[in-house]
Amino acid sequence: MVEATKKLKRIVIEPVTRVEGHGKVTILLDQDNNVQQARLHIVEFRGFERFIQGRPYWEVPVVVQRLCGICPVSHHLAAAKAMDRIVGGENLTPTAEKLRRLMHYGQTLQSHALHFFHLVSPDLLFGFDADVAIRNVIGVAAKFPDLAVQGVMLRKFGQEIIKATAGKKIHGTGAIPGGMNKNLSIAERDALLKDMAQMMDWARGALKVAKDYTLDNFDEIKGFGSFDSSHLSIRRDDGAMDLYDGKLCAIDSTGKTIFEGVDNQKYNDIIAEEVRNWSYMKFPFIKSIGPEDGWYRVGPLARVNTAKFIDTPEAEAARKEFMAVTDNKPNNVTMAYHWARMIELLHSMEKIQMLLNDPDLQGEDLVVKGERRGEAVGIIEAPRGTLFHHYKVNEDDQVTMCNLIVSTTSNNEPMNRAVQGVAQEYLSGKPEITEGLLNHVEVAIRAYDPCLSCATHAMGKMPLTIELYDADGNLLDSKAKE
Amino acid sequence: MAKPKVATTSLAGCFGCHMSLLDIDERILQLVELVDFDKSPINDIKKFTGRVDVGLIEGGCANEENVRVLQDFRTHCDVLISVGDCATMGGIPALRNMIPLKECLDEAYLNGPTVYNPAGKVPNDPEIPLLLNKVYPAHEVVKIDYFLPGCPPSADTIWEALVALLTDKPVDLPYELIKYD
Repeated sequence: MVEATKKLKRIVIEPVTRVEGHGKVTILLDQDNNVQQARLHIVEFRGFERFIQGRPYWEVPVVVQRLCGICPVSHHLAAAKAMDRIVGGENLTPTAEKLRRLMHYGQTLQSHALHFFHLVSPDLLFGFDADVAIRNVIGVAAKFPDLAVQGVMLRKFGQEIIKATAGKKIHGTGAIPGGMNKNLSIAERDALLKDMAQMMDWARGALKVAKDYTLDNFDEIKGFGSFDSSHLSIRRDDGAMDLYDGKLCAIDSTGKTIFEGVDNQKYNDIIAEEVRNWSYMKFPFIKSIGPEDGWYRVGPLARVNTAKFIDTPEAEAARKEFMAVTDNKPNNVTMAYHWARMIELLHSMEKIQMLLNDPDLQGEDLVVKGERRGEAVGIIEAPRGTLFHHYKVNEDDQVTMCNLIVSTTSNNEPMNRAVQGVAQEYLSGKPEITEGLLNHVEVAIRAYDPCLSCATHAMGKMPLTIELYDADGNLLDSKAKE
Repeated sequence: MAKPKVATTSLAGCFGCHMSLLDIDERILQLVELVDFDKSPINDIKKFTGRVDVGLIEGGCANEENVRVLQDFRTHCDVLISVGDCATMGGIPALRNMIPLKECLDEAYLNGPTVYNPAGKVPNDPEIPLLLNKVYPAHEVVKIDYFLPGCPPSADTIWEALVALLTDKPVDLPYELIKYD
């Protein structure tokens, strides 16, 4: 661990932009401008785990989603899954489970579309050090209007699905303990189905953009902020990717199983979170490996790596193509997240199409209840990775304990490694820091699609300033994104 | 004539209000005909480039950094709008106001069932901003000119308000667009 002393130059990137939430990067250089330390700090804290105590359990799925306005459905559903067990209703009716799945695939579609088109596409289309004036979604809209419109409309479609199942596009109310509060009407279904063919086409197009980018630039990007790591997700019993439900599994960087088939209720037997002084975001690790080396990645890359197959045909074909690049071993390339994300986008679209044509969604049997429990865990694959919700509820229906490990938290160590790697490669030994160099650091962070709003259960923002000091502490150069 | 400028920020919010702004969907293309964006998390403009006509504030103030950014917005923007319930009244993050801050920190970093913290310390590095004792709505920190309620305000609410302001018309929101939830 390097201490920030006057003998080291300190560079700050603040705020990090085109990500969700608030963070900053600090980089310490020695007298020869070699990077000694690079860190991503998460600067928000909210205290959700404490202030939710005392609230009634049925309120939790509605309140806790307000951790994050980007993937509220994930929190809504993870909390609902936990509360299903609290009311003994975890064996949902087919109608309720399919409605929730539809909502979740709608969410994954909108979140992945938002990230790829609105936030990341400027880096991929214009270059990491392109002019800051055009390196944003409005620049994309001006130069590639068709692509921009497709991104906007794909996200809109996802949001419309959420609205149809949850009542609102952001912070809805569809899931309740033991089920859902409404089904999908024929009119709502038909309104969504009419755009289906067009949306499928655009989803295929988005996948192609991500795939072509990755393959065309593979030699250049394969080392960019990359490293070997373990990968963790939930997975269906037969090994299929399943974003809504499954058991916990993890593989190492070569694909060897670390654990699999772990019951969600036992997550804290296998995962712990280290607190470090310099970030409000904790550092999860696999207990059997320990805090030093037990870190792992989550999210689209991890899920495509852990999946034995995908149960929709077009996404499965895409997965095979993806895995072939690394000879069917886990892909550890950070920038490959984008391709993996678009495979999931297409998978979500295929699932949406199947569900919309399923008459169960018009079923009337919406809620089940059984024997009451005092403690429960709900786990879901949120767009950014595995999301853990854990609650205890007393006899007066009040929450007495809440523990949340949000997706981005699990990627804390990987993002820090990516920042460190890119800083070493692009900043070390350079006397002057350009805006474009700064953006390289952010490009590595963005690959993880971090959502720092919810990672700290605090207040949300992730805006980047770099200051360069000499070894005596004199300010040499300062650059902010402007 | 130069297009009016709009800046946005998310303080102690969840980005849901920014998402609701993006929910104007294809009207985004109309919006960029109407305005230029200055400092905002959706682009890489990290510092104000000059005077801005309208600033949209999401979230209240939970730490010293939030306060600094909000004051910076007041300094640079002619009109400031509190967008959403957090900016307007603290929102869900303000639920912590009823609980001593230390208890919130202890729960997250010392007592949680998955916490591994052999040093027994909560994060306190100089690189992370100090938390405020309470979460404050934006208007308790600087003067706010307009308030748009909702969690989040719908895309239509934000659109109608913005277009009215930018085209110099009175903000006349239909009743059904003005609601808390």
